Amino acid sequence: MPHKIQIRLASQRVNTSVSLNQRYPKIFTPGETITAQNEFMRGHGTYEDKGELKASVAGVREQVNNLISVRPLKSRYNGEIGDVIVGRITEVQQKRWKVDTNSRLDSALLLSSVNLPGGELRRRSVEDQHMMRQFLQEGDLISAEVQNVFSDGALSLHTRSLRYGKLGQGVLVKVFPSLVKRSKTHFHNLPIGASVILGNNGFIWICTSIINSEESVGGFIQNLEEVVPRQERETIGRIRNCIAALTQSKMMLYDTSILYAYEESLKYSVPELLIPEAMVDVAILTQHRLSMLEVA
Amino acid sequence: MALCEAEKTFVLHGVEENFRVDGREREDYRPMELETDIVSHAFGSARLRLANTDILVAVKIEVDVPFPESPHQGKIEFFVDCSANATPDFEGRGGEDLAVTISSTLSSAYSSSLAFDLRKLCILHGRKCWKLYVDILILECGGNLFDAVSLAVKAALWNTQVPFVKNINIDGNNVEINVADDLYACERLDVKKAPVMVTVCKIGDKCIVDPNAAEEQCSVGSVVVAVSGNKFSTVYQTGKGSLHPSTLIESLKLGFEVAKRLDEALWETLSQIQPDQDVGFLK
Repeated sequence: MPHKIQIRLASQRVNTSVSLNQRYPKIFTPGETITAQNEFMRGHGTYEDKGELKASVAGVREQVNNLISVRPLKSRYNGEIGDVIVGRITEVQQKRWKVDTNSRLDSALLLSSVNLPGGELRRRSVEDQHMMRQFLQEGDLISAEVQNVFSDGALSLHTRSLRYGKLGQGVLVKVFPSLVKRSKTHFHNLPIGASVILGNNGFIWICTSIINSEESVGGFIQNLEEVVPRQERETIGRIRNCIAALTQSKMMLYDTSILYAYEESLKYSVPELLIPEAMVDVAILTQHRLSMLEVA
Repeated sequence: MALCEAEKTFVLHGVEENFRVDGREREDYRPMELETDIVSHAFGSARLRLANTDILVAVKIEVDVPFPESPHQGKIEFFVDCSANATPDFEGRGGEDLAVTISSTLSSAYSSSLAFDLRKLCILHGRKCWKLYVDILILECGGNLFDAVSLAVKAALWNTQVPFVKNINIDGNNVEINVADDLYACERLDVKKAPVMVTVCKIGDKCIVDPNAAEEQCSVGSVVVAVSGNKFSTVYQTGKGSLHPSTLIESLKLGFEVAKRLDEALWETLSQIQPDQDVGFLK
């Protein structure tokens, strides 16, 4: 039985804010005066105008000693060395792949910074260059780590670990990079039967549980024959919708918040989680549980 | 945006399982948001947001001379603008083909007098008529353009107010039209039967409606069905693949059923709009 088609009026739009009468940092809009005193230094996201320091992006103020900067709420991804990212191959070039990582410039994945099948210490020959498209081709998704940041902001990636490599069957969700919380690990095997890779660049990959990470070869093999069973598919769909709900309410994404949102969402069916009211409800309940955690 | 084979496989198996990536069934729509009367200098306007697809439609009216072959009818013209903001693919002339396709599908869907009665737009037989310019702006593109455009157009036409003609002076070849002074003396158009389009997308062996951008990538072909009242007004096929006759009939049936549900949902929403309601989402 198909669900009812929902067309709602914009005047009935739900408020997505989840603030539980707690203090929220002030959000500066572009052109807004941050301070009129001139003893401060001008950081990222600010400019000076007639002796006043003003915000050039919409975001929250951050201060380190005398340096004031504004961190934007929405922006492209600014890479840092060591970040875990999820990206999509856009181009195969000589000795390198170009990867879309949601940053201003396409990132590069060099042939010399991937683990090729058949042993780690192997010389890269001309044949390998000719075979590059068989390893990774346009459209393929990979997980990788930022190896280097060039002066123009472009990133150089590497997949020299068994954790990284080509991604198999699953779903990609795109969120703002600022919503992904930095933590020790960005690979989460959730106890509910699904794995999540929270890319620092705002690309989130959801797939079935990776049973044994030792077994994976960081490889270039995809199993296209395997059919994901219904139950796991529902879990993946639910996590996807929960992440969308948290994103809509601008909540930070990390393993606990996703897990809580998943548990709070269980009273709704998966397609019901597309309805704005349900999304806000899940976000508010999650926020509530997270704040309880802080108090305890 | 290209998808990798594994993602396509995941989408494909989901469609077969009747549990799509976001949990919807094959015949489910994503929730939509509609506002009308948001362009103050247009005669009628609407904005529709379907997930990431964002459509703005404005209707403008001018006095024109009817076509000689249909002297008792008004005119309606569709113009689609694919803004490069919507997707980088539309940059330069990239969106032109799609724009022409959408506008020609719309005009063929609206061409029948059973779908939209142009005779009401005639002012003076063979001399003067109203011409409706329907301008469609695609602000964001997240799949399923045809459905969203047709709903937005229907809502904008519903919202359109045609000025009331007070009197007509005929002096030889000169025809002078006097429009009522009162700004609010207008008549609404009858759009009860205006067509609603449904894209039926074939993925694997099954057909789905309301595909998102990823699902559109996986489909081999799709059929756009325009339904007005209880009749088909236009059928248009997109994509590379060809359809087996039985599949075509199946997708026509599916499209017809869904279009009726979609039309009902739209009318329900439109009937909630009060005439002097505040515009937009800022309360």
